[in-house]
Amino acid sequence: MDKELENNNIIENKALIECKNVDVFYANQQALFGINLNIGEKEVTSLIGPSGCGKSTFLRCINRMNDVIDICRVEGSIKISNEDIYHPDIDVVELRSRIGMVFQKPNPFPKSVYDNVAYGPKLHGRILHKDDLDEKVEKSLERAGLWSEVKDRLSEPGTSLSGGQQQRLCIARAIAIDPSIILMDEPCSALDPIATAKIEELIDELKDNFTITIVTHSMQQAARVSQRTAFFHLGKLIEVGDTEKIFRSPDHEQTEAYVTGRYG
Amino acid sequence: MIIVLGLLSFTIAKQRALLYLQNNEPLRSMPVYHGLYVSLWAFLIPFFLIILFLTFKANYLNYLVTPYLSEETISLGSEEIMYVKNFLINNISNLNNLINSGFISEADSNSLIEKYQNSRLISFIFVIVLSIVLSFVSYRKLSVRFDARRRVESILKFIFFIFSTIAVLTTIGIILSLIFETLRFFSQVGFFDFVFGTHWSPQTAIREDQVGSSGSFGAIPLFTGTLLITAVAMSIAAPLGLYSAIFLSQYAKPKTRDFLKPILEILAGIPTVVYGFFAALTVGPFVRSCGEYIGLTVATESALAAGLVMGIMIIPYVSSLSDDVMTAVPLSLRDGSLALGATQAETVKKVIIPAALPGIVSALLLAISRAIGETMIVVMAAGLAANLTANPLSAVTTVTVQIVTLLVGDQEFDSAKTLAAFALGLMLFVITLALNVFAMIIVRRYRERYE
Ligand SMILES: Nc1ncnc2c1ncn2[C@@H]1O[C@H](COP(=O)(O)OP(=O)(O)OP(=O)(O)O)[C@@H](O)[C@H]1O
Ligand SMILES: [Mg+2]
Repeated sequence: MDKELENNNIIENKALIECKNVDVFYANQQALFGINLNIGEKEVTSLIGPSGCGKSTFLRCINRMNDVIDICRVEGSIKISNEDIYHPDIDVVELRSRIGMVFQKPNPFPKSVYDNVAYGPKLHGRILHKDDLDEKVEKSLERAGLWSEVKDRLSEPGTSLSGGQQQRLCIARAIAIDPSIILMDEPCSALDPIATAKIEELIDELKDNFTITIVTHSMQQAARVSQRTAFFHLGKLIEVGDTEKIFRSPDHEQTEAYVTGRYG
Repeated sequence: MIIVLGLLSFTIAKQRALLYLQNNEPLRSMPVYHGLYVSLWAFLIPFFLIILFLTFKANYLNYLVTPYLSEETISLGSEEIMYVKNFLINNISNLNNLINSGFISEADSNSLIEKYQNSRLISFIFVIVLSIVLSFVSYRKLSVRFDARRRVESILKFIFFIFSTIAVLTTIGIILSLIFETLRFFSQVGFFDFVFGTHWSPQTAIREDQVGSSGSFGAIPLFTGTLLITAVAMSIAAPLGLYSAIFLSQYAKPKTRDFLKPILEILAGIPTVVYGFFAALTVGPFVRSCGEYIGLTVATESALAAGLVMGIMIIPYVSSLSDDVMTAVPLSLRDGSLALGATQAETVKKVIIPAALPGIVSALLLAISRAIGETMIVVMAAGLAANLTANPLSAVTTVTVQIVTLLVGDQEFDSAKTLAAFALGLMLFVITLALNVFAMIIVRRYRERYE
């Protein structure tokens, strides 16, 4: 009860995503236990916690990518802009087109750089003119900080870029569908420090326009890019709060142990 | 016997190597390799020797029985001599039975048997001794520092090299014999008459003075027939196979897939004869009555019937392979597309199929090769008439079918009719080869672009 209070304490009145009592099961195995977590609009929330604690699982609940996994079952309620996204009337495809996702490993499609970025806009038929599409691709790549590097290589396959460029291409691809929310699952885990720095910079710029939730294993990264941090442990949300507070003076011992590196 | 020796030397050498280990001496290679090294020597060389012996056994026996032929036999023709020799050789282990029939005298029989058994004994002992000597020699070479692993590896490499050479040489041999027979054919029938001729009736006369003794060997009708039936078959197999592959790999639950895929693959395991009479007895008449119903004349044996059944037969070639490659497309690509708000069908069309395209193309080409080479169904369902037509409702014939009919029946081996089979075979081979090369080029170009 008192944990809930705490969470409520930190709820901001303008939460964009509201999760109440979210339980997730893989077959009979429960992976998430009663998660109550609110995510504020136009800020960066980072999810931290030891491996296997359910961060990715939680992230996938938000754009219902868990539906793709046969054995996965989600209970509880998740609302985005006060709309229950697990309501039977919700069109999953439409929901996902409002939420961008960046995966742990860069996964550009085996298509040209241009077609990778144009994939989403073309799909949703929001852009019909070739010129508009060109502009959209350019703008998305620019926002992902990739334009200057690839503007002469737009027709080359996306897979021929370097790992860091590929990941930024995936970010550009996600931005191109004009999402209101961007979910990132350890977007830098396959990248070197320089590419990581570039992406962190990018996240910082993007937060003015997008609500970003990022899973990371790096405390420094969480501290650098996020305004709020949520700590997961064994499928439970232990603590959530302003990043500064979580790293300076967390309420829970477990949190403190984890952020100071005393935990495994 | 040499296997036993090989195993024995393996254990002995391994034991010795283990002994080193127990004495804490730094053994350079694992004991197993010590064992393998010795046993390979003890086994391989004698093994090849045995194969050599077996290869030349016939020649040796031939030489052995020659002095024992009766005058009477020798006075006969060479064919009879061969016959008697072979008879002796085949019965060499129980010649006594032949004494009664007066085929061979008792003294002769005894000395022949003795010689035969001596030679067997000698070669046997020779192999055993060689095996023992070799294992002993190689055993002496073992020591702590001995790098058995690398030696074993190079011996194995050599063996694999020999085996692959055998395979390659066999292939080359087959192709060469095809080419030579084809050249002989072209010395009798003009090359252009064959490749561009539009009339096929390979009836050469049995007697020189018969009417119409020279047949015409225009291969075009055969190849159009093959093409026609293949086209019909692929227009069935390509969509059905692809759609079932898409269903299996993208939509079906794992359990359904595990259940359905083997069933689909059974289609490929049904003997083609069964498809053949299915085509001839069921589909053929059905196609004809359908045709009649809408006012078309359809031959009972039609390209359509054969093509339909063949199409069903090759569905698994398309579906099974395409399913494998589509399943092999990384899940991360599928998830990436779904997360962008693509429906499953859009994902399949725009991401999965492009990514799996090289595999799909080779699956299709494999199916085409299979259809081109198929004989049985066509013999039974499409007829033997070499019509030059693009109408799938008429009877046609294919290259493979004609090869069969050319070779069935009494014909001199070097008549133009028989040799035509080799020429057809070679052309067929060239075509399938071209298909495969084509597939490889497509696949490679695609890979270069996307990897
Ligand atoms: N597809 C799946 N099928 C079955 N169980 C799963 C599946 N995905 C995750 N799990 C289980 O759910 C739990 C949480 O997994 P999840 O991937 O969300 O952890 P995570 O916090 O993202 O870990 P990491 O930091 O290593 O990525 C784990 O115990 C895992 O075994
Ligand atoms: Mg994870």
